[in-house]
Amino acid sequence: MSEAALTAAHAGLISCQICRLLVRPARADQPGHCPRCGANLTWRRPNSVQRTWAFVIAAAICYIPANLLPVMTTNTLVSSEPDTIISGVIYLYNTGSWPLALIVLIASVMIPLGKLVALVYLLIAVRRRSVANNRERTHLYRIIDLIGRWSMLDVFVDTFVVALVQLQPLMSVEPGPGVPFFMAVVILTMLAAQSFDPRLLWDSHHQQRFAHG
Amino acid sequence: MTQVAGVETVACPACDLLQEVPPLAPGAKVRCVRCSETLAEALPDPLDRTLALTLAALVALIVANTMPLMGLEAVGRTASTTIIGGAQEMWLQGRELTAVVVAFCAVVSPSVYLLCMLFLLLAVRRAPAPHWTGQLLRWAESMQPWSMNEVMLLGILVALTRIATLARVIPGIGMYAVGALIVLLAAISVSFDRTEIWRRVEWVDERARRRGTSGTGVTQ
Repeated sequence: MSEAALTAAHAGLISCQICRLLVRPARADQPGHCPRCGANLTWRRPNSVQRTWAFVIAAAICYIPANLLPVMTTNTLVSSEPDTIISGVIYLYNTGSWPLALIVLIASVMIPLGKLVALVYLLIAVRRRSVANNRERTHLYRIIDLIGRWSMLDVFVDTFVVALVQLQPLMSVEPGPGVPFFMAVVILTMLAAQSFDPRLLWDSHHQQRFAHG
Repeated sequence: MTQVAGVETVACPACDLLQEVPPLAPGAKVRCVRCSETLAEALPDPLDRTLALTLAALVALIVANTMPLMGLEAVGRTASTTIIGGAQEMWLQGRELTAVVVAFCAVVSPSVYLLCMLFLLLAVRRAPAPHWTGQLLRWAESMQPWSMNEVMLLGILVALTRIATLARVIPGIGMYAVGALIVLLAAISVSFDRTEIWRRVEWVDERARRRGTSGTGVTQ
């Protein structure tokens, strides 16, 4: 890859974010609308870096109560037992289904944490205008964007356990206060990934004026 | 830019590199030379096949949402639930927000996605397609990341495993329909070609189409 590689922005062209039509705007500072689909034209996703930081920080804050607060409480005639995400994983492991325990551990604990770390890494790479390993970084972004939804797993587990186990007064399961926080982590990290513009990683190649556009 | 017939200039959506995509043989796929993002793909029969899959998926969606997912039997009592029943129970337990998000990801998103796909695939059968077809495609694509049926099915399996130690669980017809729905949704995303839709859609500004060289628009 030579430094002379020509990007659309370098050539004065905008690729429409919706229909991907290449458009040559009459005025660079006011690109206007895409003539094909009518969407607003922008050189890069608007305020990409700031928005992504905001979602990442909000998600990181929610990550703590999501893991400390119980996500469900099992009530029987004699006892009431709260379960956090981790204790749910241990429960699955102890009852002999370690593959499911592993899946829940990966989807609920490791993917959200990994996404946050990876997004911070990408944001810092953009800030430092570092271009090393950009191919791998773009690939990392693609993975983050793809697997984020799987973290919603635990929310569905809680929902269907709660929906089925309502055999009052013998046994019932109620949702815990951790669920909304956990859901917030998943949604906020998905929004963070959608706000990030991977093209910013490559812009430093050309020292363009659009780096933070 | 000089244009060779059939060659289309595109900017990579992931790294913005300008590249020329030649006409593709069916089944061929073009990746960005710099970041390996998929730039173009020539799919066989992208519209009719996707339409057939969409119709099948709508049937599966209706069955999945009306039939019970699973039943439970413990100490002589039985209970069963549907997808929306799960969200409803969350609401009754005072977790309204969770209920809304579950209903959105499990029912609303896939329904809106499939309905938008159905109407847009019907609309593009005659070119030029009206420009609201593009709007339908935007809606469908904004729903796609939030439509989480496959995550839900895995969640149900984990839930069943957890309950299995407490009670006997019987999978219902809804569960098999969810399985079929997931396969069909995956098949739709593989067979669908969004570029083909945009090629057929009428431009908002038809004069710009004539002004620009092939595949390139100019704003005033």
